[in-house]
Amino acid sequence: MADGLRKTALNPVHRLLGARMVDFGGWDMPVEYSGLIAEHMAVRTGVGLFDVSHMGDIQFRGPGSLEAVQQISMNDASRLQVGQAQYSAMLYPQGTFVDDVIVHKFSDNDYLFVINAGTREKDYNWVRSQASKFDCHVSDYSDFYTQLAIQGPKAQETLQKLTDVDLSGIKFYWFAWGTVCGLPNTLVARTGYTGEDGFEIYIPSDAATSERVWGEVIEAGREFGILPCGLGARNTLRLEAALSLYGHEISETINVFEAGLDRFCKLEKGPFVGSEALQKVQAAGGPERKLVGLEVIERGIARDGYKVMDGSGKEIGYVASGSPAPFLKKNIALAYVPRALAEPGTEVAVEIRTCPVKAKVVPLPFYKKPKKT
Amino acid sequence: MAYPTNYRYTREHEWIEAGSKTAQVGITDHAQDSLGDIVFVELPKVGDKVEKGKVFGSVESVKAVSDLYSPANGTVTAVNEELVSAPEKINQDAHAAWIMKIELSDPSELDSLLKAEEYEAYAKEETGH
Repeated sequence: MADGLRKTALNPVHRLLGARMVDFGGWDMPVEYSGLIAEHMAVRTGVGLFDVSHMGDIQFRGPGSLEAVQQISMNDASRLQVGQAQYSAMLYPQGTFVDDVIVHKFSDNDYLFVINAGTREKDYNWVRSQASKFDCHVSDYSDFYTQLAIQGPKAQETLQKLTDVDLSGIKFYWFAWGTVCGLPNTLVARTGYTGEDGFEIYIPSDAATSERVWGEVIEAGREFGILPCGLGARNTLRLEAALSLYGHEISETINVFEAGLDRFCKLEKGPFVGSEALQKVQAAGGPERKLVGLEVIERGIARDGYKVMDGSGKEIGYVASGSPAPFLKKNIALAYVPRALAEPGTEVAVEIRTCPVKAKVVPLPFYKKPKKT
Repeated sequence: MAYPTNYRYTREHEWIEAGSKTAQVGITDHAQDSLGDIVFVELPKVGDKVEKGKVFGSVESVKAVSDLYSPANGTVTAVNEELVSAPEKINQDAHAAWIMKIELSDPSELDSLLKAEEYEAYAKEETGH
């Protein structure tokens, strides 16, 4: 293994479990343990546990926090209540992505951004430079937390055994503080990146605590067939749910409307970084290309970066993320194509290893969790 | 898993049966383990000429595509159609799940390939443990 990779506190646990490790954005992370498909299915039908401690945490504190958050993220944080979170993104002035984030409102003067691992330093520097003109203090707490994601229809029952927080009272994209595994004042959020119900908890990042909590969650989930899950399953789960991944569906060269994230972008809240450029895109009649869902009709797997072609064989776009979908048992992809070809039902082709293979545009998301009964 | 001693192995992680004019070809246990859950196998066609060291097909796991390189020159006499609907057979028993059978142009070509213990050492070195 190459040196210089960063490790989470749970790295020895992953290695002990025999996980296959990969370099993920400079982090030595588990890609799979028992097998990607089994892990994916555990999250769709039972429960899975992910170490997502490589994610970053940036906190805003002070009277100018809301103003700063409003200026550097595209969703409307003024609509948040204490205990509520929202999906949002930080944009460059040209309306393209610095990163996507989850904004948590701790109090009127206290907000937390949870950001991606691969962009941590870039994000933090960006936030510091943008927030400097506001009356608030920005801190990088990324290394202070081990972040665990407990995901799946049995996530609530699993975690409820370990906490005094009434989890049934936390709505999707809300959070609470409580005792988890004996740790007081632990942040428990009903968030995730799997398209499934689930929670993310933030505990102290020392090895002993991290390992103890990991073990207790596994034990609590045993009756539901809990599996430790790696980044491989995390990727296929988020792809089925059509959730964006930085560097694929969103990047510094892709704007908000192209990525189809309009509903998280509140231009009406007033000016913010990127809003002017996006208003121009809107005034010009919208973006020229759009992110669409593709289902491969013929035999073949569309992969990241493959070309997309129209019926006549002309190159029209590319696959941002493509993979077999273990739960849907289809080969699916998120792809950028011209707006005129973005309608569901449109037939296109994906060039799979020099062969054009038929695919069609389908509505997103590919997978939607069943409604609770 | 043990590497059969009646097979020869490539550095690209294929195995080939030694000792007969028509030989089965597959991928090694180490290869299937590295790939993870295999979901797709692209087979050659019966009658195809295959060349030593050249691509004759591919296997795909959820995560990745991996080309298959022929261990020898020859002509494809059979392909394992079962793998089209059940590619996971390779994960279950890579040394039994043959992909193609070829009639060897020159069986002595296999002498240059790795023997079981040589391949095992090579595979270990590659994973670093």
